[in-house]
Amino acid sequence: MKTLHIALSALLPLFALFAEANAKTIVVCADCNYCMPGDAIAVAEAGDTILIKPGTYYETNIEVDKALTIIGENFPVIDGQMLDHIITVTADSVSIRGLQVQNVGLSFIEDRAAIRIEKARHFKIIDNKVFNAFFAIYAANSTHGIIKGNEVRGEAVEEMTSGNAIHAWYCTHLDIEDNELYGHRDGIYLEFVHHSRIFGNKSHNNLRYGLHFMFSNDDQYYDNVFRNNGAGVAVMFSKRILMHDNLFINNWGRSSYGLLLKEINDAEIFHNIFDTNTLGIFIEGSNRITYRENDFLRNGWAIKMHGGCTDNHFTHNNFLQNTFDIAAEARGVDNSYDENHWSEYTGYDLDKDGLGDVPFRPVKLFSYLVNQTPESIVLLRSPFVGLLNFSEKASPIFTPTDLMDHTPLMKPFSRDQKIQ
Amino acid sequence: MNKILKYSLYDLVRSRWMFFYFGFFLLFTLGLFWLSPDISKVAISMMNIILILVPLIATMFGLMYFYNSREFTELLLAQPIPRQHIFLGQYLGVAGSLSLSFLLGMGVPFLLYGLTASSDIGLFLTLLVSGVLLSFIFSGISFYIALKNDNRIRGFGLAILVWLLLAVAYDGFLLLGLAHFSDYPLEKYALGASLFNPIDLSRILILLKLDIAALMGFTGAVFKKFLGSNLGMIISLIVLLFWVLLPLWSIRRASLRKDF
Repeated sequence: MKTLHIALSALLPLFALFAEANAKTIVVCADCNYCMPGDAIAVAEAGDTILIKPGTYYETNIEVDKALTIIGENFPVIDGQMLDHIITVTADSVSIRGLQVQNVGLSFIEDRAAIRIEKARHFKIIDNKVFNAFFAIYAANSTHGIIKGNEVRGEAVEEMTSGNAIHAWYCTHLDIEDNELYGHRDGIYLEFVHHSRIFGNKSHNNLRYGLHFMFSNDDQYYDNVFRNNGAGVAVMFSKRILMHDNLFINNWGRSSYGLLLKEINDAEIFHNIFDTNTLGIFIEGSNRITYRENDFLRNGWAIKMHGGCTDNHFTHNNFLQNTFDIAAEARGVDNSYDENHWSEYTGYDLDKDGLGDVPFRPVKLFSYLVNQTPESIVLLRSPFVGLLNFSEKASPIFTPTDLMDHTPLMKPFSRDQKIQ
Repeated sequence: MNKILKYSLYDLVRSRWMFFYFGFFLLFTLGLFWLSPDISKVAISMMNIILILVPLIATMFGLMYFYNSREFTELLLAQPIPRQHIFLGQYLGVAGSLSLSFLLGMGVPFLLYGLTASSDIGLFLTLLVSGVLLSFIFSGISFYIALKNDNRIRGFGLAILVWLLLAVAYDGFLLLGLAHFSDYPLEKYALGASLFNPIDLSRILILLKLDIAALMGFTGAVFKKFLGSNLGMIISLIVLLFWVLLPLWSIRRASLRKDF
């Protein structure tokens, strides 16, 4: 039995070689035997490669139902003429590379997509361009896929009539990397997506969120840039998410924020930069989260924390030039702020250990008042408010007394420090 | 009246205080531009100066001028000139020279830094217009107070009180009111209440021109909707002009009735 096993495993590469030799390449071009990608797919067998030559192909509802490699040469255009789905992948191990897929019409009945992956495993969607699609890349019930290096440009005007650039639903083990996504409703939308990594993406100028998590657990996203979106990233109803080394910049507007945490448990947020957002992090009902070594620069509010947050720990963060550092509606349970650097801190350090000798209270009286009565924001930058903040700082009465950093850092925390 | 205006204006423009005032704004604005390339930060610092210092200096200067030129005024009163012309001429001289120093002091750096061609021109026009209007309003108020009070100490005390009331205490009362009635929708009330105070109104007009307006959330949106519209712009200008005209009218009335 064992010998048979060994013999078989020795033969296996041979089989693979045989299959490789058997796999053929089918060329699609205007004057070829197959002038439409759909025709080529119909005759191809699993393992074949379909090479699409430059040109414009008007076709919709192309179903890839066997393990094919589809490669575009110089970005051939597949144009859906605003009609229907363009490519639907229903088989495992399909890879699509180098296509320009464009013009998918809006539908209120189904989620039409330029490239749709349905119940497939080990798919690769790499280096494609998707322009003006309702949904661009849509994965449902699929696992172990790679969506990499795609450029997705939408022409969304309003949230109700637009779709997401990358949309994943009930998926696991996805790698979404190095994509550039703009002009859609959400840059990346994940619902019930677990054990996935999102990294190196640039998501900007989307109407709603740069990245949107719903009910997705055990994911991580890092090295992404979220710029000029309606709001940077929304993480909702998810557990054990790692968020690090991202840049949240210029998510500025009336109801905008860099990062929204809603009903999030056991997350870790570190090494991120929040620059010029109306709200840096907006936290609601989130528990057991550590925030460390992040930079909050020039935000309206660096942190805004609503009720029901316990065990949020802030350490070694830098809060620089924010209009308000922290707004906390209720005093949370077991939230802590230790060894952060606050540019508003005016204390001293007599024993030169790098830690201020006077605790810092990050909640200003005005920020507290604005939380109580939002309309009092009309007094923003009024001299009276300056006076009020000053007197409250001298002898705190209203602001939460237990919300303070007992050991504020005198100098901004630098990450190199950590290595030593 | 023109002649009196001309004389008081000449007199003031040559005075050392006006040079000082002009120099202060020039150096301050240049310094800000030099220190910070960030236009919105410069604008916020300037706004603080415009909202606090301009009214205070206009008040103090109006009082000082009125009290110091009392003998000259009495001399003029003996001439066959209508009374209101004397006082209005002097008032316009003071307000005009203050505005001139302010406009030159802030305007020259703007021109030097080429802001008139940039997209921030609306913001800086708002800064300049509100500064000029505040100069007119507060020198008018101080003139009226000086006319009503021959006792200098009393006059200065009252003027400081009015300045304190409008620049600082008003916001306190507004805040108290807002906090007390926080269960009600208050946007319109807040909007109305800030229309009644020229300093608050200027502050909000300037803030709405800045990025920072996004922090004002829903309330800010209500303000922007109102003040951003043509009607709102016209109404707020009318309110500010009303604040200019009210002391003017009072000066005229008081000057006609006063017994020298």
